[in-house]
Amino acid sequence: MELVEKELLTTIQNPMLPLTFQVRSRRQETKDTFTLEIEPVESGVEFKFLPGQFNMVYVFGVGEVPISISSDPNRWNRIAHTIRMVGVVTKAMGKLKKGDLLGIRGPFGSSWPIDRCSECDIVIVAGGIGLAPLRPAIYHILSNREKYNRVVLLYGARTPDDILYKNEIEKWRSRFDFEVYVTVDRGTTGWKGNVGVVTTLIPRAPFNPENTVAFVCGPEIMMRFTSLELLKRGVKEHNIFLSMERNMKCGIGLCGHCQFGPAFICKDGPVFSYSQIKDLIFKREI
Amino acid sequence: MEFETLEKLLREHPFFRDLKEEYLSLIVGCARNVFYKPGEFIFREGEQANEFYIIRDGKISLEVSAPGKKPIVIQTLESGEVLGWSWITPPYYWHFDARAIEPTKAIALDGRCLRNKCEEDHSLGYELLKRFITIVEQRLQATRIQLLDLYGAG
Repeated sequence: MELVEKELLTTIQNPMLPLTFQVRSRRQETKDTFTLEIEPVESGVEFKFLPGQFNMVYVFGVGEVPISISSDPNRWNRIAHTIRMVGVVTKAMGKLKKGDLLGIRGPFGSSWPIDRCSECDIVIVAGGIGLAPLRPAIYHILSNREKYNRVVLLYGARTPDDILYKNEIEKWRSRFDFEVYVTVDRGTTGWKGNVGVVTTLIPRAPFNPENTVAFVCGPEIMMRFTSLELLKRGVKEHNIFLSMERNMKCGIGLCGHCQFGPAFICKDGPVFSYSQIKDLIFKREI
Repeated sequence: MEFETLEKLLREHPFFRDLKEEYLSLIVGCARNVFYKPGEFIFREGEQANEFYIIRDGKISLEVSAPGKKPIVIQTLESGEVLGWSWITPPYYWHFDARAIEPTKAIALDGRCLRNKCEEDHSLGYELLKRFITIVEQRLQATRIQLLDLYGAG
C-alpha cells in the first residue's frame, strides 16, 4: 500500500489545546457558504500547513468542528476556512465578525502529494464545497507552475449561484497555463456554461492519463463516480487521490470517531490514494 | 470529394474511433455537414427523430420547456460528443429540444438511412448499438448522480 505524504505540521505543542485566532475578515461566497480569514492572536506563532490539511475550529461556548484549510500555504498566519452553514457550530461561525475570536487546533492530517509529481499532468476534480480543500493545492501548483505539464480543474456545482470563489475562477480561466472547466447540475437563466455532472467533463478533459495525477474532493458518491471515470480514462489507481470525510473529533487518532476500516481519517487521511481505499469506499458498512 | 472529407471527419471523431473502414464507408453515405448559429434549434421535442449528430465544434444545450416558464437546460454537449439517440428507438420522436448555444459545426447522420443499413448488415447494427449503449449508459449514470442532488445541504 502506497502511503500518502503525511507530514504532520503541528504548530501547537499540545494538539488538544486550542490556540486563539482572531477573525480578520468574513466573505460571503454563496447563499449558505462563507470564508473566514483568521490570524493568531499571540505574536510569535508561526502557523504553517500543507495543502489538504484541516483544523479543528472551536466556536467558544458552542462546539468544535473539523474544517479544511482553504488558503495559500505560502502565506503563513493568514488562514482561511470556507464553511457551509449546515449545523449548530457552522451557523454560529456564520455570525462571527471581524475581531471575534476562535479556537484552533491543528493543522491535522495528510496532504495532497503535490511535490511528488513533477512533469506530469495534474487534474483537479472538485464538487461543491470540495473546491475549498483543493484551493491550497491550486495555489501551490500555480506558484510552481513550471514543475507540471498540463494543469486542469474540473469543477461541478449545484447551480451557477453555488459556484465558490467566482472571481478567482475567472482569474484562473484567463491564464493560458491553467484549463478550467465548470459545470452545474442545474442551469439557470443566463448561464452560458456547461450543464451536467462533473464526471461528464472527464472524458473530454485535455490530459494524458498515462502521466496524470488526479486530486478529487467532493461528496463521497461524487468521488466514487469520479474515480471510476478517471480509471476508465486510463489514470492509474495509485495516481488518484481523494479527500475523505468522517466525524473527526480529536484530530490525532485517539478517539476513534473517524475510523475508516483500519485507518483514521484524521491521522492517516483525509487524503488517501484510490489504491489505499478502493476496498473500503464502496462498502456501505464502513 | 465531399465524401472523402466527411469520411475523414467521421474517422477522427471519438464516436467512430477504430470503426472498421468498411462500416465507415457505409455510414458516410448517410452523412452531411451541418452548421447552426447560436440560438438556432437543431430539433424540437415531439418532432420526428430522423437524424443524430456528431458534434465537431461548438456547444449545444438539451432543453425542456413548460408553459409560462423559461426553458430548463438539462445538459450541454460539446465537440467530440454525440447528440440524439431517439432515431434508434421507435417511435422515433425527440424527447427534448436541442439548441446551439455557440456556433456549432456537426455532421448529421440520416437515421432512416442508417436503420436500413443496420437491418441489412446486423454486424454494422451491433457495432453502432455497442457505441450508442455506452453513451446511453454514461448519460444514465450522469442523470442518476444529478438526481441525487449531491451538493444540496444535508
